[in-house]
Amino acid sequence: MKTLSDPALLRLVAGTAILLVTASLAGYLLARRATSDAARLTVANLNARTRAWWMMVAVFVLALCVGPVGTAVMFGLSSFMALREFITLTPTKPGDHRTLFWVFFIITPLHYYFLAARWYGMFVILIPVYAFLLVPMRSALAGDCERFLERTSKIQWGLMVCVYCISYAPAILLLLTIPGHEGQNAKLLFWFVTVVEMSDVLQYVWGKTCGRRKIAPTVSPGKTWEGFIGGGLTTIGLGAALWWATPFSPLHAAGMAAIVVLMGFAGGLVMSAIKRDRGVKDWGHAIAGHGGFMDRMDSLAFAAPVFFHVTRYYYGA
Amino acid sequence: MKRDKRAFSAQHGAMTTHLVAGALRFFSGAMARWQGCGPEFGQRVYFANHTSNLDGPVLWASLPPPLRRLTRMVAAKDYWDAGHLRRKLACDVFNALLIERRKPTPECNPLNDMVSALGEHHSLIIFPEGGRQASSEPQPFKPGLFHLAKKRPDVALVPVWIENLNRILPKGEILPVPVLGSVTFGAPIRLEENESKLDFLERARAAVMALRQS
Repeated sequence: MKTLSDPALLRLVAGTAILLVTASLAGYLLARRATSDAARLTVANLNARTRAWWMMVAVFVLALCVGPVGTAVMFGLSSFMALREFITLTPTKPGDHRTLFWVFFIITPLHYYFLAARWYGMFVILIPVYAFLLVPMRSALAGDCERFLERTSKIQWGLMVCVYCISYAPAILLLLTIPGHEGQNAKLLFWFVTVVEMSDVLQYVWGKTCGRRKIAPTVSPGKTWEGFIGGGLTTIGLGAALWWATPFSPLHAAGMAAIVVLMGFAGGLVMSAIKRDRGVKDWGHAIAGHGGFMDRMDSLAFAAPVFFHVTRYYYGA
Repeated sequence: MKRDKRAFSAQHGAMTTHLVAGALRFFSGAMARWQGCGPEFGQRVYFANHTSNLDGPVLWASLPPPLRRLTRMVAAKDYWDAGHLRRKLACDVFNALLIERRKPTPECNPLNDMVSALGEHHSLIIFPEGGRQASSEPQPFKPGLFHLAKKRPDVALVPVWIENLNRILPKGEILPVPVLGSVTFGAPIRLEENESKLDFLERARAAVMALRQS
């Protein structure tokens, strides 16, 4: 509970709670007004999303309260679930079975262990170096050569996106040392997650209300220039307004938020291309109204590593 | 005193059943998709493709509890009767109907067991391919389903497609991989008048395969 004694973090949590209460009230009023069946369905989905947001925010805040290890465990479980969805949609063969066992039950926990132990070197190289070499080795031993490179690449790609990239979010809390900002990284992580997710939400809202020109109709028909620019600028404004939770100046906070918005957008687009290729709309059905874990984490997976390294380069010790 | 003990053990059993079913659903990630029919009361024979030893338990677990209590999976005795834990699971938890996988004789015909297990209220889970298959297409069905349909024309035959469980635990592996499975229930079929055995079995197999996601 020590985490919440920081008044700035408390303000962030309180702000989020107010936002969710507003969204729930708005959803309640909209549900009473909806007349057509289509409108009722849209509002029902909106309200399912809001309820899931309550849950996700509660879990995230609880993990932050438990402390750095609790946060690592929470993100570790999310990575595991995301990887589960990813591998489910990736056609692997019986020859990959034991490789996948390593990937799920040894590499993923080990990676998060190095994170929790704050071992930066191993955190950075375990998956890009050791897992990269181990995965094809184990599959080759199983003796099935059919589409070998394709199968190993897909497993490695799943590890990189679902485990390595997502784990950079808790790494903000565990592995960043910013002089003059010691012990305050929980706020920075909260700021980062807020900016990533609000970028998604605001782009969705702007897109739904005034989206016209599609950016990439073949990949993601929901993404429009109006949604991207409107939602992006609003998010950058929000990120700058919350600069007091970060080690950045208001201007730098706006710049960082811009990076997060751009990378998050790219993440949504790339993961959408994979879904489309596999012929599905959502990665799974674990979170009511949202789809799977990966549907909520796609932007975060792309934004977290870049945000982490840019911050570390310019502000780190 | 004795009655209390029995009541306790029954309650205990129901709880274990609940926990096992919940754990199976959680670890297989299996979501039930009721596509051609709902989870309704009424006697049914669920027939499905078979690729993993998890198939029967997961199909059973994906039914809502009131239906689950009345549904028995038909399973191979040589597998489920081997070892204390398997036997306990099969008999006390899944309430499985264990049958011999030998060629039926007049004295020992699994069909009679199945018909009497159906009784007045129960439903069955069967795998008409006879054994687990490694190929992506289900094998031709064995005639048991046809004979069952003939003896009990009142029972609805529900085709079921089970996806991915062979990736969770393929034949011959001990350690599972947590891929997400799914169980899809199709529209019930019935034996038509004058339909031949082969035609019916092929139609039943096609009904299962039609539920496969592209």
